[in-house]
Amino acid sequence: MSALLRAEGIGKAYGRTPALVDADLTVRAGEVVAVMGPSGSGKSTLLHCLAGIVRPDTGTVTYDGRDLTTMSDAARSALRRGDFGFVFQFGQLVPELTCVENVALPLRLGGERRRAAERRAHEWLERLEAADAAGRRPGEVSGGQAQRVAVARALVTAPRVVFADEPTGALDSLNGERVMRLLGEAARDTGAAVVLVTHEPRVAAYSDREVVVRDGRIRDLMGAP
Amino acid sequence: MIRDLLLGARFAVTGGRPGWARTVLTALGVGFGVTLLLVAASVPSILEGRDTRHQARDLTSGESGAPRSDRSFLYADASTLFHDRPVRGLLLRPDGAHAPAPPGVAALPGPGRMVVSPALDRLLASPEGALLKERLPYGIAGRIGDAGLVGPAELVYYAHRAALTDATADGRGAGFGHNVGVDRPSSAFLLLLIVVACVVLLLPVLVFVATAARFGGEQRDRRLAALRLVGADIAMTRRIAAGEALAGALLGLLAGTGLFALARRFAGRVTVWDVNAFPADVVPVPALAALVAVVVPLCAVVVTLAALRAVVIEPLGVARHTASRPRRVWWRLLLVAAGLALLPVGGPVALAETTWEMAPVAGGALLVLTGVTTLLPWLIETVVRRLRGGPVPWQLAVRRLQLSSGTAARAVGGIVVAAAGAIALQMLFGAVQSDFMRPTNMDSARAQLSMRLDRGQPDAPREVVRELSAARGVTGAAATLEASVRRPGPPRAGEDFAPTTSLTVADCPSLRELGRLPSCRDGDVFIARSHGGDGPDDAYLARTARPGALVDLRDEGEPPLLWRVPADARTVEGRPDPMGWTAFGILATPAAIDAGRLGAPALTAWARLDPAVPDAEEHARNAAARISPTMRVDTVRNMERDERFTSVGRGVFAAATLTMALVAVSLLVSMVEQLRDRRRLLSTLVAFGTRRSTLAWSVLWQTAVPVALGMVLAVAGGLGLGALLLALIGKQVADWWVFWPVAGVGAGLVAAVTLLSLPPLWRLMRPDGLRTE
Amino acid sequence: MSIGHTLLGLLESGPRHGYDLKRAFDEKFGHDRPLHYGQVYATMSRLLRNGLVEVEGIEPGDGPERKRYAITEAGVTDVEGWLTRAEKPEPYLQSTLYTKIVLALLTGRSAAELLDTQRAEHLRLMRELTRRKRDGDLADQLICDHALFHLEADLRWLELTAARLGQLAEAVGGTAR
Repeated sequence: MSALLRAEGIGKAYGRTPALVDADLTVRAGEVVAVMGPSGSGKSTLLHCLAGIVRPDTGTVTYDGRDLTTMSDAARSALRRGDFGFVFQFGQLVPELTCVENVALPLRLGGERRRAAERRAHEWLERLEAADAAGRRPGEVSGGQAQRVAVARALVTAPRVVFADEPTGALDSLNGERVMRLLGEAARDTGAAVVLVTHEPRVAAYSDREVVVRDGRIRDLMGAP
Repeated sequence: MIRDLLLGARFAVTGGRPGWARTVLTALGVGFGVTLLLVAASVPSILEGRDTRHQARDLTSGESGAPRSDRSFLYADASTLFHDRPVRGLLLRPDGAHAPAPPGVAALPGPGRMVVSPALDRLLASPEGALLKERLPYGIAGRIGDAGLVGPAELVYYAHRAALTDATADGRGAGFGHNVGVDRPSSAFLLLLIVVACVVLLLPVLVFVATAARFGGEQRDRRLAALRLVGADIAMTRRIAAGEALAGALLGLLAGTGLFALARRFAGRVTVWDVNAFPADVVPVPALAALVAVVVPLCAVVVTLAALRAVVIEPLGVARHTASRPRRVWWRLLLVAAGLALLPVGGPVALAETTWEMAPVAGGALLVLTGVTTLLPWLIETVVRRLRGGPVPWQLAVRRLQLSSGTAARAVGGIVVAAAGAIALQMLFGAVQSDFMRPTNMDSARAQLSMRLDRGQPDAPREVVRELSAARGVTGAAATLEASVRRPGPPRAGEDFAPTTSLTVADCPSLRELGRLPSCRDGDVFIARSHGGDGPDDAYLARTARPGALVDLRDEGEPPLLWRVPADARTVEGRPDPMGWTAFGILATPAAIDAGRLGAPALTAWARLDPAVPDAEEHARNAAARISPTMRVDTVRNMERDERFTSVGRGVFAAATLTMALVAVSLLVSMVEQLRDRRRLLSTLVAFGTRRSTLAWSVLWQTAVPVALGMVLAVAGGLGLGALLLALIGKQVADWWVFWPVAGVGAGLVAAVTLLSLPPLWRLMRPDGLRTE
Repeated sequence: MSIGHTLLGLLESGPRHGYDLKRAFDEKFGHDRPLHYGQVYATMSRLLRNGLVEVEGIEPGDGPERKRYAITEAGVTDVEGWLTRAEKPEPYLQSTLYTKIVLALLTGRSAAELLDTQRAEHLRLMRELTRRKRDGDLADQLICDHALFHLEADLRWLELTAARLGQLAEAVGGTAR
């Protein structure tokens, strides 16, 4: 398999604190890569750089042959809308919108009609075993359910890469397992690659391989599997 | 109890930078409101101070004037306009050594000298005062003290004019200040305006104070949750919250008093409706100041407790009553209905009256405006609940409003009061203005200045024409001497007095302004007919002004001085003069009659100005002053309107705009607060590729929807209230579209709030918010 | 735990007498179970026989004879191999891993790399268990979860240790890498 997303020598500092130093990482289509490491090690910064949310100070990030670091903000936004999906730890669903509207949101941002978008959102909610949350607001569903809704939202655009930052961080073991199982299955079915930032080994165990970030440096533990 | 309040107060001033920022924001917001309230509370003192000083310098009135003594003096009014600013002037000539000086003047100036107000002194000393200096050819002997002025910006002078005689003076006085007691010449209409204006302008300030007291309320509630965790019960948290609100309000009172103290120093520099005040006059009425000091903290506490009723503060966080029951509409409508019912209780207001039952109108207006404002939360909730679909930004905004419309409604409420009130006031002005704005019959194409002097010398017209024609920018001048003449002999049977007519002496060009003369040579005499209208009908005219008839140039009781109208006098049609009066009577050229024989003739003159010459009017006025300082000079206008009402209208609009801007500030603060609370969510939305514009539009809609609904209410309420008030004074609605400017201001405020919340939005959309660590 | 590898590792920093070896071992790893002389003697003779150590000299004295042992090239290679080889993930590995880390620190090898190798091995097994769990029935899931939780505990310990390498190096007098 060839590289879908590749970071080469990227570095990023917040103020004078380096968050990432000369990091290399390759993500191939369809694989699940776990990014582990202690808090503050730069895991999230790595994810943000890979996803084109943050522009690294040095180095390049190429996605599908295109250099993210030289793209305009609008182009990167469009890329994130179309090709990437995101799951975060918490606070990511718009509290005023119902769950199905939340899932439909990325489609609608991409210009899809409301009816069609919500129909697809419903399909994904069903697939993630969260169909009963559809008409309710995020504040009215359980944490596990909310997180499955978030996963549905990440997958609804059929992205080629899903970025998940501590997706189970706020969940108990059972719900965490369920979210990971569904995320893993869905990603495998759609052929999406997953970049999974976590500090939980049991969550990382859902990956195909792992890298460890320590003090802003990446250790690729296994090389190519 | 006290301990809890103190604890809350301590919270207000401790708690790190964000805590301070919140408190400072509240204190400034409340302080600004308090400043406005204190200024309003000072208005009675300002007016009273002006009134008192105004009366003190009025000439002591008497029917026939004071007898001549060593304490008496001759006076003549010599007020003028300079660049449309009134200059109050009085010429004085003391009869003896003990003539009193006007208030604020230590001693009467010597002959040919004058005392001036500081503002006039400055104006005369400045380059732009050069033309006025020409008009006032007196040496400056000193300044008039504050006691002699109603406001610091007033232009006043008292000049000692030795040339003043019994004949040229307005009268003889013996003192200043009249002691007829307080007699405020305000019309009922003015009172109505003042009452409504007060309600309209001060209610939103209270709304603003209430909103300001809740700045940062959500974070405060969260801190209360932390207190619950360490063992505070619900009642305690309420008391603590009340303490915090109280502390904020008290700081606000302090800040407001400080701001007020600062602002009153600049009182002299601001002029509203020709009124400006000495700082010393800007003192709140004690009772009103005390009311402010009580109402503001009370308002803060009540609002805080009311807001706490809507949330449940649990040890682990703050929950909102999500499934709160829908707002009820009946009591809100009841308020409006009660107000509408109360308004006409006092009966119709006659414009001419000076007193009327004020309480029902004030109370009614207050109730209507309050009721309309309380309708807003219900309206927003009801409308927003029905909204569906739409593009993403619209959906985000609508859903946000569906979940919590209360915050928006509270802030917009102030806009509704201000806008509704402003619309009602504008309607009142519109109606009254159309009363005052009517064609004057003056013809400003023929002349732009009109002059009048009650006692003109026989050769005055020629002199006036010469002086005016020599003045820069004057392209034409006409002048006449006019006196009243009567049929000789006593009244006949059936007559109360002998018929009279007017005799006008002027050169041919001037006479052409008064009658349609077929030809004119010096020595000609004409009879001008006006066929009724302004003048007498032809039959009455024929009793005196008849070719060959004798007329008496003197009044009844005086030895007669007869003059015969030449038999060849031609009868012509009278023509309206530039002031719009149709001339009638005998028109004579100077060779036909010796003008010196006329009894007490009045001089009238007109000047045509070259609009291209700057200050032509001032040059012409100077020329008039050279002939006589007491000559009255008026500007000829096609349309007459009461400038005062225009300026009040503008003032009300400006004040309403200011109030609405104040409300916009609180809208902005709550918007930014809300955005900050959602920084994580915003970052997430950015992560999955939301465009900035999408979020910007949602911010716009979120402000625009409540404001638009508020405007609808305000327009409906304002037009309704306005129409009702007009009905009270028995007037028609002149213009239903007066709400456009106010609605425009509302739209502008939405745009401003949106624009100003964009920079924080952009900042919050940076990915920093995603960092969990 | 392999006493032979441990003693070899201790020798890598320089030749020692048997007595010194015991003392160093007890001090660093023996916490509750000091090593017997007999164990040292038996282990050293086995290492001698395998050519991993050599006797550098014998010092005569009163009491027992004192041999000075030195590590051979083959011995260094053997230690190297042991340290870089991941342990089979199983419960109660800590003492072995701990010994390896301390020796790595003492001999100037990269303890961080050692830890990473070990965590990769742990995670490989966890991945396998996760896969098995995904495809298996409830019983499989429960059994796999039990193992997974244990492995996770080990992994967490590895991570914590990795974060504390600098502190540990200071305590044992080695250098962290």
